[in-house]
Amino acid sequence: MIRQFGWNEFELLVFAARWTIVLAIIAFVGGGIGGLIVALLRTADSRVARTAMIVFIRVFQGTPLLMQLFLAYFGMAIFGFSVNPLIAAMIALTAHASAYLGEIWRGCIQAVPHGQTEAAKALGLHYFARMRHVVLPQAARIAVPPTVGFLVQLLKETSLTSIIGFVELTRQGQIITSVTFRPFLVFGLVAAIYFAMCWPLTLVARWMERGMARATNR
Amino acid sequence: MTPSVENVRVTSRNEDADVAVRMEGVDKWYDTFQALKDINLTVASGERIVICGPSGSGKSTLIRCINQLEVIQKGRIFVDGIELSGRRNIAEIRHEVGMVFQQFNLFPHMTVLENCMLAPMKVRRASRAEAETTARRYLERVHIPEQADKYPAQLSGGQQQRVAIARALCMNPKVMLFDEPTSALDPEMVKEVLDTMIDLANEGMTMLVVTHEMNFARSVANRVIFMDRGEIVEAAPPEEFFNNPKHERTRAFLGQIS
Repeated sequence: MIRQFGWNEFELLVFAARWTIVLAIIAFVGGGIGGLIVALLRTADSRVARTAMIVFIRVFQGTPLLMQLFLAYFGMAIFGFSVNPLIAAMIALTAHASAYLGEIWRGCIQAVPHGQTEAAKALGLHYFARMRHVVLPQAARIAVPPTVGFLVQLLKETSLTSIIGFVELTRQGQIITSVTFRPFLVFGLVAAIYFAMCWPLTLVARWMERGMARATNR
Repeated sequence: MTPSVENVRVTSRNEDADVAVRMEGVDKWYDTFQALKDINLTVASGERIVICGPSGSGKSTLIRCINQLEVIQKGRIFVDGIELSGRRNIAEIRHEVGMVFQQFNLFPHMTVLENCMLAPMKVRRASRAEAETTARRYLERVHIPEQADKYPAQLSGGQQQRVAIARALCMNPKVMLFDEPTSALDPEMVKEVLDTMIDLANEGMTMLVVTHEMNFARSVANRVIFMDRGEIVEAAPPEEFFNNPKHERTRAFLGQIS
């Protein structure tokens, strides 16, 4: 039986978008923390730490997120945990985002002139103070555009979690299409909702860039 | 800290209390290139040393070893009686040694005042008010108190270098290292920086200065050191060094720059 596309169906899409937002927030926060750790270890003095991070980055950049989701999902069962799609998605999205953000931020940290680190060392600032007050604030400024670019991409990639059972925006669109047979309308709306979520991110990025430029370019 | 106390005891037996920096048989390698060869140097407290020599002769490397921006492979270095021993007392040594760089290396995202306050607050644990008072006092001493709230990019090169000097002084160091402090400056700004350094010398600061400013060496230095290919070739008081250099390489160098 064919259902009409009406207000109820539209509401279903909007509710499903909440999962997309939840998954995106998990990925942003997890990836932000993980990415910072990866970037710092990747630029550390210790060769062991650097090598470990290169391996981590290569593995997670060199395999599809889809496979990472599968492996996290089925891996949980193999290692004796009860299968939980949310935790599997958290693990896979965090690892994926950590690898990418880590590599983006590594580049930004290395773009800060070495003289800055030397001056901070010569003043007796220890590692954390040096990073916190001297290197990272300068790296952050150049990190904004590529970071936001990646976050927008990540938000859209959360659709892949439908493969392990999440009914997020894309999956809900497929379900509604299958009962209404209005694919163009439904997926058009799905695309519009994605756009409505990504657009503010780029606006925030522009605003941040301008703010930081004011703070450093006087 | 126990390690340093130990070190003080070990070294005080055979060392004059007035020695600020002492280098004994220091070798430094960059892979297969030997940057420093058997460096022996004792700098008395209050002494002003000027180090000159052709580029690549190891002058900058030498002073950068003193605050461990470079790691040495052989020999011993003592600062204020404490032996540098790698990571253990690296922070302790750096509190006592201020450094001024050729490229200023001011923190561009902080105001002049914040540049001067950062290390006293984070390293010496000074309060914000104390740090600000100290910072303003030293900015006064380098004659730019009115620039305190500007950002480094708004200042001229000479002003930036004077801020860098003030920033180092805010840590109240016992020794100041200058790594070609006027080499990146436009000619008309060299004097203001040299004058600041002369003031500092007159106040009794122990200084090691890598520079090509031979007039500064003549008027301020107690000793001029000539380095070539990683070695100290000659070390003498300025009159003797400039008027009667003993070594052939020194004469050749002086001939080229004068």
